[in-house]
Amino acid sequence: MSDQEKNEISRRDMFAKIGIVLNGLAVAVLAVPVVGYLVSPILGGDRGQYKRWITLGELDEFPEGQTRLAKFRNPISRVGDGETDDTPCWVRRIQGEQFQVFAINCAHLGCPVRWFAQSGLFMCPCHGGVYYQDGSRASGPPPRGLFEYPYKVESGKLLIEAGQLPTLSTTASLREGKTGCQG
Amino acid sequence: MSRLEKIGDWFEQRLQIGGVVRDAMAHPVPRKSASWWYVFGSAALTLFILQVFTGIMLALIYIPSAADAWNSLQYLNHDVALGWFLRAVHGWGSEFMVAVVLIHLCQVFLFGAYKFPRELTWIIGVFLLLMTLGMAFTGQVLRFDQDAYWGLGIGASITSRVPFIGAYAVHMLLGGPIIAGATLSRFFALHVFLIPGLLIGLVSLHLLLVLKLGINEWPMPGRIVRRATYVKEYEELTHKDGVPFVPAAIWKDMFFSAAIVVSVMVCAWYFGPFGPTGYPDPTIIQTTPKPDFFFLWLYAMLALMPPEMETAALLIGPVVVIGFLVLLPFLSGEGEKSWRKRPVAVVTLLLIAVALGTFTKLATYSPWGPVMNGWSGDPVPVEFLNGRSPLERQGALVFQVKQCRNCHAIGGSGGKRGPELDRVATRLTRDQLVRQVIQGGGNMPAYGKNLNPAEVTALVSFLETLRPANQPAARDASQAVLTQEDQGHPPANTR
Repeated sequence: MSDQEKNEISRRDMFAKIGIVLNGLAVAVLAVPVVGYLVSPILGGDRGQYKRWITLGELDEFPEGQTRLAKFRNPISRVGDGETDDTPCWVRRIQGEQFQVFAINCAHLGCPVRWFAQSGLFMCPCHGGVYYQDGSRASGPPPRGLFEYPYKVESGKLLIEAGQLPTLSTTASLREGKTGCQG
Repeated sequence: MSRLEKIGDWFEQRLQIGGVVRDAMAHPVPRKSASWWYVFGSAALTLFILQVFTGIMLALIYIPSAADAWNSLQYLNHDVALGWFLRAVHGWGSEFMVAVVLIHLCQVFLFGAYKFPRELTWIIGVFLLLMTLGMAFTGQVLRFDQDAYWGLGIGASITSRVPFIGAYAVHMLLGGPIIAGATLSRFFALHVFLIPGLLIGLVSLHLLLVLKLGINEWPMPGRIVRRATYVKEYEELTHKDGVPFVPAAIWKDMFFSAAIVVSVMVCAWYFGPFGPTGYPDPTIIQTTPKPDFFFLWLYAMLALMPPEMETAALLIGPVVVIGFLVLLPFLSGEGEKSWRKRPVAVVTLLLIAVALGTFTKLATYSPWGPVMNGWSGDPVPVEFLNGRSPLERQGALVFQVKQCRNCHAIGGSGGKRGPELDRVATRLTRDQLVRQVIQGGGNMPAYGKNLNPAEVTALVSFLETLRPANQPAARDASQAVLTQEDQGHPPANTR
């Protein structure tokens, strides 16, 4: 084999390697928008801040000393969401402008808790979590009390700050809950 | 040469796969492996093909949108000719597929087929099992009803327990801040494109390995697998005592596959399609979500596990189980294949089967959950009210109205979360009853704040009547001792 032949082979070799590098570059460049697209649920909506202040209703819809079911439409809504944007929550009016607004989702695994006024308990149908009227854990598997939405009263209306499914790491409340917020 | 043969030759000249196919068909299998025990893998493949086919059929009508999915399923069930039947075949096919894949895994495990040189076949098989379960779960989500909606909530809640990145993981799972249209779309992409694509690739690899390495020989006690000698021994076995796969073994595979497909169709025809259950409107909270059959054991475990170990078990458990399955062929890649010589393997498998079976059975009647309409359903039976004083009857009313029956059964109806109260007076004294009602404890909420003293008195009076006539009421032994001491008697020597 002459030197020239050796050179030729190494030149082809080099072109093959350049070819690999070129394709690698193309993939790397393509990966930027693809990854950005994929992680948009994290980066989207004001960098993960999905919460907005929304009106739940007039104050007189919530009698003092009672706990009532309220509904609101999720502030971020997309095509094809259907009814899934409608979110229920439990509103407890303690007295005057003192409220507690609980997420419907059990702190255990997110099932919808139901309020029983007569015994003053929230009960979960899935795995048997039970909470007292102030949302604190009474019994069963939940690791904490019910999630609470921050609320405020403005011009006779009750507003809550909501916008994401409350779980142990994406709590409804930005405040540290008195039952020990883990988020 | 006939016209057909000519056409065949024309293709063969270009494709040149005849030899490969003939080799695959004629590959020798050990005589004893051409057995009814070796039909589950091919049955799983048959079911997968059935699922792909019926899945494509359903995709012709199904609308993967949170707003319309449920309605499109109703349309399939009621308006499309035999749409209900195709849905039923797809649903029952999935149940059968999970079952057959699990049986296949157990058989391979018991027959020691994961040992050298078939480690990779086993590992790919573990991932095929995980993907089969993944298909079952994502399929349940596509049946976008209340169970699917709240099942996603459970998935998100489990995901949220991942430390540090929990919140991001939840948003990635849901495709946004809440369970909504984007969530269904991504589960559709998983169920229809991503997982089936991976399944097709890995199933092909799995099959290729079976062809390359040969089917596992029938395990004989005392025939030890050794890396140095196994391949040679297997060659001898297949050449001395082997039979060609076609037709010696394949007829059993074909018989069994046909029986499975017929069974799926019979179940589909007789039991019909799965759901959809209630409309997926989160504001309809009168719902009791339950997972599909193959996740019922998990549903039971999540209710019965002590809360403090739950996060650890949920996050570490799967890693341990999958890690063990993947590492198994490296932990015991040689040695005995026969189950007769592997008592630990047999006992482990039996224990897991009994545990999963028990949890599944428990989940079918969920004794841990309150019966949400226990209090508004059956009234307190008359025999518990006959001859009772007004106070005691008032107590029965408190018992009914305060939702005690959501957790406590009386006269055979009510919740099973708390103990049945038909004989509670034989177990607890008046003082203990008062304490239990007011302070709760042992998983019972405290009712002190929600019952006034008069209600407690009435309720406990009623509870004190709950014992059979021939059984004495519970009594406080220390009280008896005290009374006796007052009267100057020495305390009885009770053990």
